[in-house]
Amino acid sequence: MAPQQSALTRPAQGLPSRRKTRFTRKMLVPWLFVLPILLLHMLIAVGPSLAAVYYSLTKWSGIGPAEFIGLENFRRMLFDDTDFKRAFLHNLIWLGLFLTIPILLSLAAASLLAPIKRGGMLFRAALFIPYIVPSVVTASIWRNLLHPTLGVGAQLAKVGIPGFDVAYLGQSGTALYAAAFVDNWHWWGFLMVLFLAAMQNIPPDLYEAARIDGATRWQEFRHITIPGIRPTLTFMILMTAIWSFLVFDYVWILTQGGPAGGSEVMGTLVYKNAFNRFDAGYASALGLTMSCFAGIMIAIFAVLRRRGWEI
Amino acid sequence: MIRPFKKQRQLSLTPNYIVLIILVGFALGPLVVLAFNSLKSSAEAGRNPLGIPSTFIWSNYPTAWERGGFALTTRNSSIFVVGTVLGVLLLGGMAAYSLARLKLPGANLVMGYFLIASTLPVWLFLVPLFILWRNLGLYNTIHGLIIIYIALNSPFAIFLLRSYMVNLPADFEDAARVDGANEWQVFSRIVIPLSWPGFLTVGLVVALSVWNEFLLATVFLSDQKLLPVATSYYQFTTRFSRDWGLTSAAAVMMIAPILVIFLALQRRFIEGLTQGGVRG
Repeated sequence: MAPQQSALTRPAQGLPSRRKTRFTRKMLVPWLFVLPILLLHMLIAVGPSLAAVYYSLTKWSGIGPAEFIGLENFRRMLFDDTDFKRAFLHNLIWLGLFLTIPILLSLAAASLLAPIKRGGMLFRAALFIPYIVPSVVTASIWRNLLHPTLGVGAQLAKVGIPGFDVAYLGQSGTALYAAAFVDNWHWWGFLMVLFLAAMQNIPPDLYEAARIDGATRWQEFRHITIPGIRPTLTFMILMTAIWSFLVFDYVWILTQGGPAGGSEVMGTLVYKNAFNRFDAGYASALGLTMSCFAGIMIAIFAVLRRRGWEI
Repeated sequence: MIRPFKKQRQLSLTPNYIVLIILVGFALGPLVVLAFNSLKSSAEAGRNPLGIPSTFIWSNYPTAWERGGFALTTRNSSIFVVGTVLGVLLLGGMAAYSLARLKLPGANLVMGYFLIASTLPVWLFLVPLFILWRNLGLYNTIHGLIIIYIALNSPFAIFLLRSYMVNLPADFEDAARVDGANEWQVFSRIVIPLSWPGFLTVGLVVALSVWNEFLLATVFLSDQKLLPVATSYYQFTTRFSRDWGLTSAAAVMMIAPILVIFLALQRRFIEGLTQGGVRG
């Protein structure tokens, strides 16, 4: 405070330069440190996002002037485009699959791993490794393992367990589930590590007290573990809900949305409309719509939390 | 009294170990099969697609390296990784420093911006960004993609680095300022060396995400000569889809560097990835 007061009581001619250095020090310099990345991020994320809102109201090939057509793209999406309906349904299935299987699997694994002292780090590292494998490699590995005549199913058939030598990725009825399975192989270990970290922060005396009271393993899990990791659990459920509408990599690499649209999701549909069919206006409308679904998930969580749900 | 108690405890953990070993088999089994297949001829991969190779064809590796153009794509990927990591650490580090130490007026607004803007899904702005990049002449250039990577990886870097810097003791900075150092010197000579674990963690996470990135590289690059390993490998597998020996050898070469770094710096890696909450 002292320099400030002396600046104010100085004669008038000394004021401007003093004030300038103060401005530089307190205002300009801190902002100069932030501005480069702030402007860059706005240029890449915010500007084009706003542009997408406008383009979604136009018919546009991506080259030349865009023709304003109002809500026609959204009308087409909701009423004419059966691909969109199917893709949206597939995203909902994806959501259902990812809200259950990887979360249950990783919760189970984390609660089995939490009490282990010897070799715990080793298990954690081993289960985490699939998460760092690039999607293109994961897809390539599982395309081979799910191969109808050379994969695991075919080997089972050879040793007398028939019925699994199916072209999981080559049939429209199973392709979506096969792609979800492959994505999950890469994903659940990451969830497991997150849940494990949360579980290791639960005070051990809670478990000891429960054991003295004669609690079973299930009761411990239900009444101590789950409440103890609730913030992590709900955060990951929220993230899963958001990501389920944005999925692309595994579906695109494994099936490109096929066969016959059997694994089409909104992400692959945007890609095809934008970069294969050059329907940039419609693709913007699709991208905006799928982002809205992700946003709705955040809104639902915010509302529930405001209503006093403990999430 | 102690012995039976101890025994009982160990016994009760046996089912845990059994289930966990099965799960490790599920996680690592496919990678083991990949390593096996990388040493098979294509004929043997057809006869024996899952087991140990009968003869080890080490030449798959140089052949895959050659035919997949890995010399070029590895170089490209390295440029993407190094460029992005340096950019994120510099620009994100500067922003984090300002937010944590310089009492930036409007710091809450800036933090709020990055919190909200980092949730904007790439699908929302992908198409207009593609058009913008084409108009700016940044489409199909290495620096054009690096700029996008820097911007999209920065929010996470800022949050993590800021939380590191907030906890630094102010004494060194103050001493440097008394000695006449300006803010840039304080940042580069004092703050970066003191918060290097944060910078290392962010660098690892960003490097991994760029090395593995697929969608943006597919959209923003078309020239074969510029492709990074991930998208180039994707094309390689479609061209040589029948030759499992070659595609597997290429895959092993692609994940080997990541695995080595991960195993060496496991704790830091896991810490960074779990704090980033990045979806790979």
